[in-house]
Amino acid sequence: MKKYSGFSLFKNALSYHENWQKLWRSPKPKSDYDVIVVGGGGHGLATAYYLASVHGITNIAVIEKGYLGGGNTARNTTIIRSNYLWDEAAQLYELSLKLWEGLSQELNYNVMFSQRGVLNLGHNLQDMRDIERRVNANRLNGIDGEVVTPERIKQIAPLINISRDCRYPILGASWQPRGGTARHDAVAWGYARGADALGVDLIQETEVTGIRRKNGAVVGVETTQGFIGARKVACVTAGNSGVVAAMAGLRLPVESRPLQALVSEPVKPCLDTVVMSNAVHGYISQSDKGDLVIGAGVDGYNGYGQRGSFHVIEHTLQAICELFPAFSRVRMNRQWGGVVDTCPDACPIISKTSVDGLYFNCGWGTGGFKATPGSGYVFADTVANDHPHPLAAAFTVDRFNSGALIDEHGAAGVAH
Amino acid sequence: MLLIHCPYCREDREEEEFSYGGEAHIVRPLEPEALSDQEWGDYLFFRKNPRGIHHEMWYHQTGCRRYFYATRNTVSYEILETYMVGEKPQISAAEAGQ
Repeated sequence: MKKYSGFSLFKNALSYHENWQKLWRSPKPKSDYDVIVVGGGGHGLATAYYLASVHGITNIAVIEKGYLGGGNTARNTTIIRSNYLWDEAAQLYELSLKLWEGLSQELNYNVMFSQRGVLNLGHNLQDMRDIERRVNANRLNGIDGEVVTPERIKQIAPLINISRDCRYPILGASWQPRGGTARHDAVAWGYARGADALGVDLIQETEVTGIRRKNGAVVGVETTQGFIGARKVACVTAGNSGVVAAMAGLRLPVESRPLQALVSEPVKPCLDTVVMSNAVHGYISQSDKGDLVIGAGVDGYNGYGQRGSFHVIEHTLQAICELFPAFSRVRMNRQWGGVVDTCPDACPIISKTSVDGLYFNCGWGTGGFKATPGSGYVFADTVANDHPHPLAAAFTVDRFNSGALIDEHGAAGVAH
Repeated sequence: MLLIHCPYCREDREEEEFSYGGEAHIVRPLEPEALSDQEWGDYLFFRKNPRGIHHEMWYHQTGCRRYFYATRNTVSYEILETYMVGEKPQISAAEAGQ
């Protein structure tokens, strides 16, 4: 892999940028691998990257039915934060945030990580009590955060409406300055390029259609390109996790729902932070292109349609217009949906299964993007050692039988 | 926006009038205290979550306020039938070619 640098930019300019190396190879699948990662989104590619870079396992294939980073990685609103309430979740997301802070350097690929800060607004007394509790819990976990007043919010995001004369006045917020956004595609491409350079085979447009087992252990996967053998199979298939689990005769405690987002026409820079509100249900930031990036909620019912109900985005835009009256004149450009795998406790599943050599990393629901590096890191460790990483130990699928759930609905409810 | 036929009201009404009850025909254990943790967790949390034909519960929240069942395709969102509590579905995943 050729390293990107100022010098390489200059050198390639001399040949009109026509001779840049391809980011990754497109190999034919081998007959056998040590590990097959099913799903070539951000989490799957990060898993493959850390398996190769941290654990030295390079005989890996990532099998993706479409193209790399073409599912929820391409569909989310790119918000990154780690201000979760419970210790287990907070530490997992904080590991991720720390990895984000060095990711562009590590991958030699600009993931455009921008620590522009995240505001989570409170609109009533109970919101403010919850926010204070959460910020205090965060600080005990070494995570930055403070409770800010409406006046301070107005300084951070001048277009916001802090008037008391509205239906849901803003009473305050939690403020995590280290939170922010990143370029979603670049994360997938950066991990893919890094993994490919370490020898990982990235196999696109190949769908896994079955998981072959023998004596209770995985021996490989059936694909649209035929059978591929593997000692370990790591499934990172987000909204389709239930479908992949069924291939191995398993059920998961997840339900797949469409989650929508939309972007406006590009406008001049006007919002240089991320604003989210659980109570009125909306979240918004501005991309580097100038689009306002707005996230809505999940549909009320199961669906794999990658589209959502209109009344859901209508509801979200009502909230955005109340928070930012100036945006009521902005026209929306595009709207789409992604299928997210929601867990009953709004926390992920990073787990071995009852089938030897079969692992699942799923259930990230509405908030998986921010966790991409940490998710890949702890899942790679879990797969490599056949034992949960210490930070993943609380996130096994067994918790739904033991009852040790991690209720993050408060911190994850809207904030994606 | 789904148009859902409530079998009690006998009308097609908009999705916003309804709320979702999840997978249908999960039988509540008669003796919960006799179950193992495994069985109780499976009953509470684990779901089929199919890509295709799904039997599910709906609640006509702003209408008759009664639960009923629907057979819906989770990819096309087509509602193949709705039926009252106590009735059996006419269409199953096998019959729909899945």
